[in-house]
Amino acid sequence: MSATNETVQDHGQHHHKDLAHHFDTLEQQHDANTLGMWAFLLTEVLFFGGLFAAYTIYRYKYSAMFEEASNHLDITLGATNTVILILSSLTMALAVRCSQTGNSLWTGRWLLITIAFGLMFLGVKYVEWKHDYHIHLMPGKDWSGKDYWHWQYAKKAKDMETEAHKKGSAEHSLPNRNDVLADNDPSLGVRGIQESQQARLFFLLYFCMTSLHALHMLVGFVLIGIIAYFAYQGAYSPEYYSPVENIGLYWHFVDIVWIFLFPLLYLLGAHMGH
Amino acid sequence: MFEEFKWLPDQASTVAPEVDMLMLFIVVVTVVITALVGALTLGFAIAFRRKSESYIPAPWFGCIPLEIGWTLIPVGICLVMFSWGVKVYSNIVIPPADAMELYAVGRQWMWKIQHPEGQREINALHVPIGRPVKVTLTSEDVIHCFSIPAFRVKQDVVPGRYSSLWFQATKAGTYQLFCSEYCGTEHSRMIGKVIVMEEADYQKWLSEGAESGQALQGRKLYTKLQCVTCHTGNAEAKAPNLEGIYRKHIPISHIDGVKIKEGTKVFADDSYIRESILYPNAKVAAGWESIMPTYQGLVTEEELLQVIAYIKSLNQGQTPPRTEETPTPATIQNKVPNKEVN
Amino acid sequence: MATVSLESKTFEKFPDVVGRHDDANYLNHDHSITSWLFTLDHKRIGLLYLVTITLMFLLGGALAGAIRLELLTPKGDFLTADTYNKAFTAHGIIMLFFFLIPSIPAVLGNFLVPLMIGAKDVAFPRLNLLSYYLYFAGSVIALTALLLGGVDTGWTFYTPFSSTYSNSYVIVMAVGLFVVGFSSILTGLNFIITVHRMRCPGLTWFRLPLFIWSIYATSVVQLLGTPVIAVTLGLLGVERTLGVGIFDPRLGGDPILFQHLFWFYSHPAVYIMILPSLGVTSEVIATFSRKNVFGYHIIAFSSIAIAVFGFIVWAHHMFTTGISPYAAMVFSLLTFSVAIPSGIKVFSWLATMYGGSISFDTPMIYAFGFLGLFTIGGLTGLFLSTLGTDIHLHDTYFIVAHFHYIMVGGAIMGYMAGIHYWWPKMTGKMYSEFWGKLSAGITFIGFNFTFFPQFILGYLGMPRRYYEYPDEFQVLNVFSTAGASILAIGYSMPLFYMTYSFFFGEKASSNPYGGSTLDWTNTTSPPSPHNFEQTPVVTEEPYHYHGKEAAVVSH
Repeated sequence: MSATNETVQDHGQHHHKDLAHHFDTLEQQHDANTLGMWAFLLTEVLFFGGLFAAYTIYRYKYSAMFEEASNHLDITLGATNTVILILSSLTMALAVRCSQTGNSLWTGRWLLITIAFGLMFLGVKYVEWKHDYHIHLMPGKDWSGKDYWHWQYAKKAKDMETEAHKKGSAEHSLPNRNDVLADNDPSLGVRGIQESQQARLFFLLYFCMTSLHALHMLVGFVLIGIIAYFAYQGAYSPEYYSPVENIGLYWHFVDIVWIFLFPLLYLLGAHMGH
Repeated sequence: MFEEFKWLPDQASTVAPEVDMLMLFIVVVTVVITALVGALTLGFAIAFRRKSESYIPAPWFGCIPLEIGWTLIPVGICLVMFSWGVKVYSNIVIPPADAMELYAVGRQWMWKIQHPEGQREINALHVPIGRPVKVTLTSEDVIHCFSIPAFRVKQDVVPGRYSSLWFQATKAGTYQLFCSEYCGTEHSRMIGKVIVMEEADYQKWLSEGAESGQALQGRKLYTKLQCVTCHTGNAEAKAPNLEGIYRKHIPISHIDGVKIKEGTKVFADDSYIRESILYPNAKVAAGWESIMPTYQGLVTEEELLQVIAYIKSLNQGQTPPRTEETPTPATIQNKVPNKEVN
Repeated sequence: MATVSLESKTFEKFPDVVGRHDDANYLNHDHSITSWLFTLDHKRIGLLYLVTITLMFLLGGALAGAIRLELLTPKGDFLTADTYNKAFTAHGIIMLFFFLIPSIPAVLGNFLVPLMIGAKDVAFPRLNLLSYYLYFAGSVIALTALLLGGVDTGWTFYTPFSSTYSNSYVIVMAVGLFVVGFSSILTGLNFIITVHRMRCPGLTWFRLPLFIWSIYATSVVQLLGTPVIAVTLGLLGVERTLGVGIFDPRLGGDPILFQHLFWFYSHPAVYIMILPSLGVTSEVIATFSRKNVFGYHIIAFSSIAIAVFGFIVWAHHMFTTGISPYAAMVFSLLTFSVAIPSGIKVFSWLATMYGGSISFDTPMIYAFGFLGLFTIGGLTGLFLSTLGTDIHLHDTYFIVAHFHYIMVGGAIMGYMAGIHYWWPKMTGKMYSEFWGKLSAGITFIGFNFTFFPQFILGYLGMPRRYYEYPDEFQVLNVFSTAGASILAIGYSMPLFYMTYSFFFGEKASSNPYGGSTLDWTNTTSPPSPHNFEQTPVVTEEPYHYHGKEAAVVSH
């Protein structure tokens, strides 16, 4: 293959201010940027995919315990978060639309509202995780080794909570550590070590998957913030809005991951909303 | 080093010649193709060497018959290799039903082998010629691999589960036993000897220094660990009768605490017995409450094998009485001194 | 010593390309350190990679030397057992992740992809620089793990040894690999978008050089496979820190799950290592036979096929772990499917040579070596995809020999062929043909002496990763170590004559070998910073030697 006499003169043409030097046209640049973001999201699918694969295998191996452990997650809060994230995708889509029509002010505003929704999501997650921490279901230092009484503790806490609800009171105290049988206590008949191991596995996978998701949201906030700043500066126009469009793609992906996480983690088992 | 040098491994099992034949076939294919590629490379390099800077060779874009040929012939060869390989593989992994059963436990960094008659060995395996032997394997810690090159057999030894391999030795002698999965500092020292003996010699070896049989050890554990408290085998029993259950189909009612379809049965093999001891809630026998405590952490893998051997040997009416304490061992002949006991 | 006078010939079918501004090229237009460390020029980034991965190669090679020295004697007398275990672990990790996986894509790919497609740079130059710094950071973290005391799990990190029992710096190393993995992902992403969107006018997919096809296939594998190892290493780190039981059977976990996740990436990873070399071989054989590549379309498709099939064969590393025999049969059959496209390539290259006009410059000598050694390495894979023989050969030195034939005899020979082929383009200098051919020959001989005995050792049953071994294995081990010393010489030589040529070599013309691709026909040696004076327009299929008059001009 060789060049013929035809060549393209490319040092004399007018360069659009947003056209990077190595691209020939804005359209080529836009295509390349969009394709790049899609390719990156594909790697993210495989990244989360590894975790989903590990989760799926254990979910089928230990189905009974995973269902029981899933009941310890708060479905109301999970559903609330799902709605919040979907709303944030809506505001993100609006931001992209505004950038396409040249409305810099509202591009910036919708982007910031998206961040606000994202922060609400993380706030709800904080509430959930704080609760899990108090009932000793959060993976941490006291989870290692053979000392795993935590599942018994969490079950007792849930029982106490259910009791309190029946009586109509919102407040309930936490059980005493000493009231709780250790998991490998031989007098335990039915619920043995095996069950607490499996429950722990569920919670570990829950925390790994939701933490990874939350991390992606945090990165998203930073990127959206930067793009919002540039939007307010008027950097985007109908000819050049691909950063907004691409951050939109990223954010929608983050949303879709949650749409998968929610049913897999929260909605297992027959006893919903229990 | 030269005295011991050899090019080819010993063929000491029934499956070894099969593996070697297959190896030979693939070697021939490899040599022929390599020679062909080498000869053509050299030949073309010489025949078509550049003689003039101005010469432009004529292009050659493709040749359908040639391309079909060098696609389909390798496909054919590969299919032959694949199917032959599957045939040899099934001979390697499927043991005969009447195989003599041994047990081996791998741990960092040794092999502990138990014969059903009671012989226990460390890093050594005595077997007779001409009888199929099945070794059930497990690990106490990390993944190891039980490998006997002279028999052409190998099986990973994984903690938390049983695996097995089988062989039938054909030639008397001493062969290498290797650990073939990296397992830490002393991985290369986790080796042993496989001693293949004539049947008569093997019987003689068995009777020398036999300790109380594995099943007898298991019986001691059956009482010491209080299994006999619930599995009494009589009307007051709180747990199923274990007499004669080995390799029977047992009806179960719950799996992991979940009630299942009535009439579901499970096959009571070694793995099931082991699972029931460690995870009693996994498959609960129909008609019984699930009250058995777990023995995780209270038995070693070796003790598990002994209890299982006992339960396998337990026939009708043989459950020991509840009041029996650890019985005195049956007669032991000529206990060999300095035998390493673990 | 008398110097050999080298004539830098130009094949006049392709006229010499002269730069617009005399000598201003990408190397010399700015000498400052910042212009190098913060460069966005893909060519400079390629050179940055070249320097760093060469250093890592030397480290990996030194570790190999330590291993082979220990294996001279059956007893462990040179290193302690723990040190030996750390040495082979480090050797594997460094050679695979820090040398082989980046090698051709990061050095030659970065340099050549825009040049070969008529582009001014890759699609995302800043991402490219980020890729390099991620590689650098990952290397630093990995070296830190080694200096802190090393890792003794083997590069395969099998659980539960690595998750529960090992007392070495697994997490630090896992972090280093995680970081360098992202370098690989971003490089792959960059190349894919570049090939999709930055081709010059007239350059359709089936006019692309075969090197680009192979880089494209490699990039797809990098993009899709690497995230899985990232998450697997993450889970391993979580298991080590929190001890929850994802992989620990005592806590309800499954150690074999780790192997499935690990090999799901690590098998495609070996295709990341070999595919680019296959591309280089196509280019070198075409140029030095002065002929089009036989079966161009099939070779292009076979690269894609290898990439795709590479994802569905991972469990052939696990035949003895206790997977179901039916699963084993499926994976065995699928593994054979990868052999077919590789065989097609080899035969097509032979057909390319047939009727050609073959010259024996150093790149072609390396390509010959590649042909032979890749063939042997690939064929020995048949022993391993065949179930009946794999049981005996698994985890023995046969495996070690097989993968070294492919990765060293194949991938590294291909890399050396590529470096030697494009050296005049990258540096504007010619190296000594005498030293080039000599080191190619020494490498070839040393390589075979080192690794062929290991096939026999493996068949005899000598297991891998053994630091002490039974006496009967010593003869072959001594042969192997002797070969390794020759191989070491062969690999050290280019350091000297190539470096020498960089400073003192004869100036190269723009196309001393008569290559037909845009990098040779439309750029100077070295290229100018913006690559092309004018954007090329392509009107013919590649390797179009025929149909034009030719005369030779010597400079």
